[in-house]
Amino acid sequence: MDKDENVIIRAEGLAKSFGHTRALKGIDLTVRSGDFWLIFGPNGAGKSTLIGILATLLKQTKGKLTIDGIHSGNDIVELRRKIGVISHQTFLYGDLTAYENLSFYGRLYGIDNLKTKVTGMLAEMGLADWADERVRNFSRGMQQRLTIARALLHGPSILLLDEPGTGLDQHAMRHFYHLLGDLHSQKQTILMTSHNLTIGLERCTHLAILAGGRIVFSAQKSELDGKNFEEIYFYYTEKERK
Amino acid sequence: MKYFKKVLAITVKDLLLEAHTKELTPAMLIFSLIVIVIFNFSFEPGMQNSDIITPGILWIAFVFAGMLGLARSFAEEHEQEAIRGLMLAPVDHSAIYLGKTLSNLVFLFCVEIISVLAFGIFFNINIFPILPGLAVVLGLATPGFVAVGTLYAAMASNIRLREILLPVLLFPIIVPVLIAAVKITGVVLKGQPLSGVSGWLNLLAAYDGIFIIVGVLTFEYVIEE
Repeated sequence: MDKDENVIIRAEGLAKSFGHTRALKGIDLTVRSGDFWLIFGPNGAGKSTLIGILATLLKQTKGKLTIDGIHSGNDIVELRRKIGVISHQTFLYGDLTAYENLSFYGRLYGIDNLKTKVTGMLAEMGLADWADERVRNFSRGMQQRLTIARALLHGPSILLLDEPGTGLDQHAMRHFYHLLGDLHSQKQTILMTSHNLTIGLERCTHLAILAGGRIVFSAQKSELDGKNFEEIYFYYTEKERK
Repeated sequence: MKYFKKVLAITVKDLLLEAHTKELTPAMLIFSLIVIVIFNFSFEPGMQNSDIITPGILWIAFVFAGMLGLARSFAEEHEQEAIRGLMLAPVDHSAIYLGKTLSNLVFLFCVEIISVLAFGIFFNINIFPILPGLAVVLGLATPGFVAVGTLYAAMASNIRLREILLPVLLFPIIVPVLIAAVKITGVVLKGQPLSGVSGWLNLLAAYDGIFIIVGVLTFEYVIEE
């Protein structure tokens, strides 16, 4: 167990190389229970690589990662139970219904009372009336709501989001971030990456800027009162580019 | 036990997808039947050495139909990156391999059963007395072909030319299965006892065991990013 019981993610010196390309150059990150972290960065900064490592889809070249007390080198299968992932891709099957998709993922996670949980989750996301509809026929916004249901079905300790707004129109985007805000107010720990500075800022508790494979800036949102985050973002990303 | 429940969940998901779309099995079946019909027109029934040719015809139909199915077996997994959803689940990645292998096996068995019946009709062979022997050869040869095919299909699934590349990669490795299957089928079609081909049967059993274990042990590395 972590010394600080509230710590959900502790990353120390995470580095990742693809051949000669160093995508991450030593990331230190501590996310506590109930935090809502927003990590901004330009294209190629290493955001998806970071999420990939935190989600156990990629193995770090160097560094230590502990999620909810489980070291990534120890019990990776158990560690995956602690994580819910939402990406710009839905990870859903277009030719299965919403109910079948959630039931399938529920079986993979070994969830008890699956029928009740799936029905409840569909109702919570406003999709109860579309439970027997194939996902292929859903709008992008509905698909993203079902994706949230998929990611939350097993009750993860942390929700990881990798550019989840991609492809959503303004209405769907607004609804999506309202849902995220509601989840956060229910004490769900969230870590999200984005390159769009206009979204999510009002909801988050912590901000970080990832550039050139490094976290070049991080702060609690309360520390930023009165400062223009956009200026800070461009200052640090331009500095890294030079 | 939990592990096998998850294997079964993946298989049931694939069967459900096929039940909804009806894309894979009908295409495989039509392909297999076309091969049988074409060869039926090429070789007249009762011609000399037909007992040497017919087992080959049957296995050409099965292997090409199987290739068609295998090449598409990971298509749904990549459409919305569902494969990443599977990889994120708290289950050893070998369960994904076994689940997919099992569903591919079900699809190919369905195609084989109907094709064998059609084969009997077109080539004027009374299939029913030799059904037990055919069941043995199909039951031993198909799992080996599908086990190695599913592994190679996973490897090729990220490649643009997967439909072309999969047969090129797969054919050399399934040669032992094909030779053994054709030899045993020939014996079965002649109505001779299987004891005469016990060596070939042992080879198929060993091939199945080896390639299922290889698949289970290596699948993690095949699908990792």
